[in-house]
Amino acid sequence: MNIDGVTTGIVLDHIQAGKSMEIYKLLELDQLECSVAIIQNAVSTKYGRKDIIKIDEQIELDFDALGYIDPNITVNLVKDGKLEKKEHLELPQILTNVLTCKNPRCITTEERGVAQRFYLADKEKRAYRCAYCDVEHTEHK
Amino acid sequence: MRDLINVTDLTEEEIEELIDIASEMMAAPEDYLDLAKGKILGTLFFEPSTRTRLSFTSAMMSLGGNVLGFSEAASSSSAKGESVADTVRTVSYYCDIIAMRHHKEGAPRVASQSSTVPIINAGDGGHFHPTQTLTDLTTIRLTKGRFTDMTIGLCGDLCFGRTVHSLIEAMKRYDGIKFILISPPELRLPKYMRDDLDRDGIEWREVTDMEEVMPELDILYMTRVQRERFFNEEEYLRLKDTYILDMDKLETAKEDLSILHPLPRVNEISTEVDSDPRAKYFEQVRCGRFIRMALIAKMLGLK
Repeated sequence: MNIDGVTTGIVLDHIQAGKSMEIYKLLELDQLECSVAIIQNAVSTKYGRKDIIKIDEQIELDFDALGYIDPNITVNLVKDGKLEKKEHLELPQILTNVLTCKNPRCITTEERGVAQRFYLADKEKRAYRCAYCDVEHTEHK
Repeated sequence: MRDLINVTDLTEEEIEELIDIASEMMAAPEDYLDLAKGKILGTLFFEPSTRTRLSFTSAMMSLGGNVLGFSEAASSSSAKGESVADTVRTVSYYCDIIAMRHHKEGAPRVASQSSTVPIINAGDGGHFHPTQTLTDLTTIRLTKGRFTDMTIGLCGDLCFGRTVHSLIEAMKRYDGIKFILISPPELRLPKYMRDDLDRDGIEWREVTDMEEVMPELDILYMTRVQRERFFNEEEYLRLKDTYILDMDKLETAKEDLSILHPLPRVNEISTEVDSDPRAKYFEQVRCGRFIRMALIAKMLGLK
């Protein structure tokens, strides 16, 4: 699979097969007016199967959120038909407004206008903890 | 030091320095009567705690400063639905430093983001209580003379007991520290803290029986099972008297054991223990006043 079809835009490559819709929702790609293509189960020499998302515009991306969902994603920025930049993601140290704290005793369940912030507590386990109450997030593991 | 949210915001050196200042203040309190003259401490107690609030108030008054604040959420504007951030931002224009207690975990972190003055966490739910830990550390250093090479038994409510969590965080940074966690299975230390101990290579073990480990202990930290942390009254009643320390149980204890308790106690330490020289929990109260004096002076840039 190559990046044909995107003249100026973004190609999210090497998405773990089956995760593309989650990313589509998280990045709110349905709100865009440009064309967005989702390719599922493409053959990948590296991973066997992968998903790809092609966005026909250079939008601002939440790299932290992407890195959290799948740090193996490659972000290709395409301009005038040429690959302008290739970014490799990693697990972000801080996640802002990506996860929601589930601890009923946490201040974020009550206080208005507080950003949900999590910090990376254990890279190997991909464990994130709430920056307010320190309770570990238990989804997406 | 801008805010004190968790005791680990302080380095070991800063803790030593605070204890040194507190010791100087204990030795000659009359030298510090005007140190914080003209300064105001705001005590924002969204959750009532007479003991901690009085300790802060006494500390500030002993430094010649003034105190304003509220002692329960009902008498603050949070009862009208005001956010913590707004309340704290407002009060921070009335004072020079704030000590706050809140029932929600992480509330002081929120406060520190909107305050114009330093925030001291005076307890946030079952989370942290750094000035209690400073009090505990001061008592440990003054009674044991060191922070290294000790076996520390923590007994009672290790699940919701924030003083236990903060003390473990602080003491695990020192060499040769071993923890023995004594609790019923329902009140064991939270998993994330047990994982942290493993990750940091700290020696620890869990037991349900206090007597079997008594001879090993250099410090025994007793806690109360707190009614307000339970959603279920029945569960509280079942667990509240699991451990009661009395003279019989102390028979096999070391001569130089230090018995600590953040107080208030209910039944977990029999009053007969109070006159034993190993009982240090009222000495702790005295240490609490002076370490808060040292902390306020340091955070206001007066020491």
